Amino acid sequence: MAEMKSLRIAYGEALVQAGKLDDRIVVLDADVSSATMTNIFKKAYPDRHYNFGIAEANMVCAATGMAQSGLIPFVSTFALFGAARAFEPLRNSVAYMGANVKLGLSHSGLSVGEDGGSHQAVEDIALMRLLPGMTIFVPCDAFEMEKAVKAAVEIDGPVYIRVARPVTEYFTAKDDPFVPGKANILRDGKDAAIFAAGLMIEQALAAAKILEGEGISAAVVNFHTIKPFDQDTALEFANRCGVVVTAEEHSIIGGLGSAVAQALMGKANCKFDMVGIRDSYGKSGDPALLFKEYGLTAEDIAGKVRDKVGI
Amino acid sequence: MNITEQTEKARHLRADIIKMLYLAKSGHPGGSLSCVEMLMALYYNVAKIDPKNPRWEKRDRIVMSKGHACPALYAVLADKGYFPREDLWRLRKIDSHLQGHPDMRKTPGVDVSTGSLGQGVSVAGGMALAAKHKGEDIKAYAILGDGEIQEGLVWEACMSAAHFGLDNLTILLDHNGLQIDGPNDEVMSLGDIMGKFAAFGFHCEKVDGHNIGEIVGALGTDSHGKPKFICCETVKGKGVSFMENNFGWHGKAPNEGEYKTALGELGVELDG
Repeated sequence: MAEMKSLRIAYGEALVQAGKLDDRIVVLDADVSSATMTNIFKKAYPDRHYNFGIAEANMVCAATGMAQSGLIPFVSTFALFGAARAFEPLRNSVAYMGANVKLGLSHSGLSVGEDGGSHQAVEDIALMRLLPGMTIFVPCDAFEMEKAVKAAVEIDGPVYIRVARPVTEYFTAKDDPFVPGKANILRDGKDAAIFAAGLMIEQALAAAKILEGEGISAAVVNFHTIKPFDQDTALEFANRCGVVVTAEEHSIIGGLGSAVAQALMGKANCKFDMVGIRDSYGKSGDPALLFKEYGLTAEDIAGKVRDKVGI
Repeated sequence: MNITEQTEKARHLRADIIKMLYLAKSGHPGGSLSCVEMLMALYYNVAKIDPKNPRWEKRDRIVMSKGHACPALYAVLADKGYFPREDLWRLRKIDSHLQGHPDMRKTPGVDVSTGSLGQGVSVAGGMALAAKHKGEDIKAYAILGDGEIQEGLVWEACMSAAHFGLDNLTILLDHNGLQIDGPNDEVMSLGDIMGKFAAFGFHCEKVDGHNIGEIVGALGTDSHGKPKFICCETVKGKGVSFMENNFGWHGKAPNEGEYKTALGELGVELDG
């Protein structure tokens, strides 16, 4: 069995690494540090971890105050409460001021599983995309999580890191480059291109394998950065392959698929479809079963590619 | 500047506010006129600032949480030399750095962009916390409107200020009793304001918000390790008779006749 690692633990450990190198880094949490795994940072640096209690809007605004005073706050809670509940404070007190605040928000997507629809953020990327100046990372494995945290420290301005709940395999290598705004090609192909991010990388790679067995050569491109969006790579694959299918664990409204559609519109000559959550809320259940019910599996991706390739 | 001279200065700042709003043809006179002395207590007496170096790291932070009253802030900042006074007459214009609500990225001396009520006090709390974290002797002041404290975020900020022991945070409340739709207590009762802040762990003071000496005095008292709350009793529209205590003047600019009458009442002649 392949080696596995929790994305959340990778996040917590990456914070410790970053904190070791830069004493401006402080971590803020809203009473869920044992779920976001910022408690790993708290253990290493108890004096640099601030619990704001169950008050996300205040945490976000206070982070701006801390950033304006020279600190680099990493703010963590569940994505729905950080990105959605505190959206307007994020808009007016973080992004509008270009504050150097980093958001590492966990429990995004259907992979939250049993906690159900109230806790599954399927709109966080859409909300963050709306904010000028916001960088958005969606890491697919522990290596990328570590690199995303490191890159976030180096960026002067707000950064959103989507931290999915599950334990994942490694789909990238430790020394693969992670350049913000530059997609990574995980697998080349000539008949179709699958654009994915985060947990959907696993499904996209599996879909490419299924398609390969049917004689369809599908590329898999990892858009670990949703914003700024790598339009050049998207256009290159769209024009070369003629078929693009996006795969995201997010609403198809406003997420990766929308970013790709906006990038390609009027510029690429290709067939296009999206795999993602189709304007609905999540619900309780085993994540694998939810992926199946919501059409987020490798077979769903392969089906859309098959359909567009015309076989 | 002694207190008598500052009282005289307040009259001129009010005239500047009226002129800015007249030329802008929009904006918020009522709540700007009510907080002039509160700002003066900070900028002319208590706060550690350097107008020549607006981003000085060791400065005290002053956060205009009631951002709509920025004409008062701008008049003070211009008088302190953060930017030329002539800039005031371009308030709200497309090529002006003076936005309809304060923008720290555009205006020298503005510490936090505000306007969305409740957020300034929360950001100020973060600044006070950062100062504690870094062991710096920096104070953060937040100026709030009374309607603003209807925002739940204010109370989240207060709870955390007490929890983190932010005795370097002071909230000054511009308690003029009115908000856009009418008197506070008709729109949404504020109840026992002093009791509420005390219950949230603040050291509380109450002053005449148009008496600079009183405000300065309250700013100087020992808060015994607690964050401080100063309830400044004020008059909305202070200094212009037809604007005083009239919520209709919350967000309306004076026309030419009203502008001239207002300046006459303030006893100030302005060029142009």
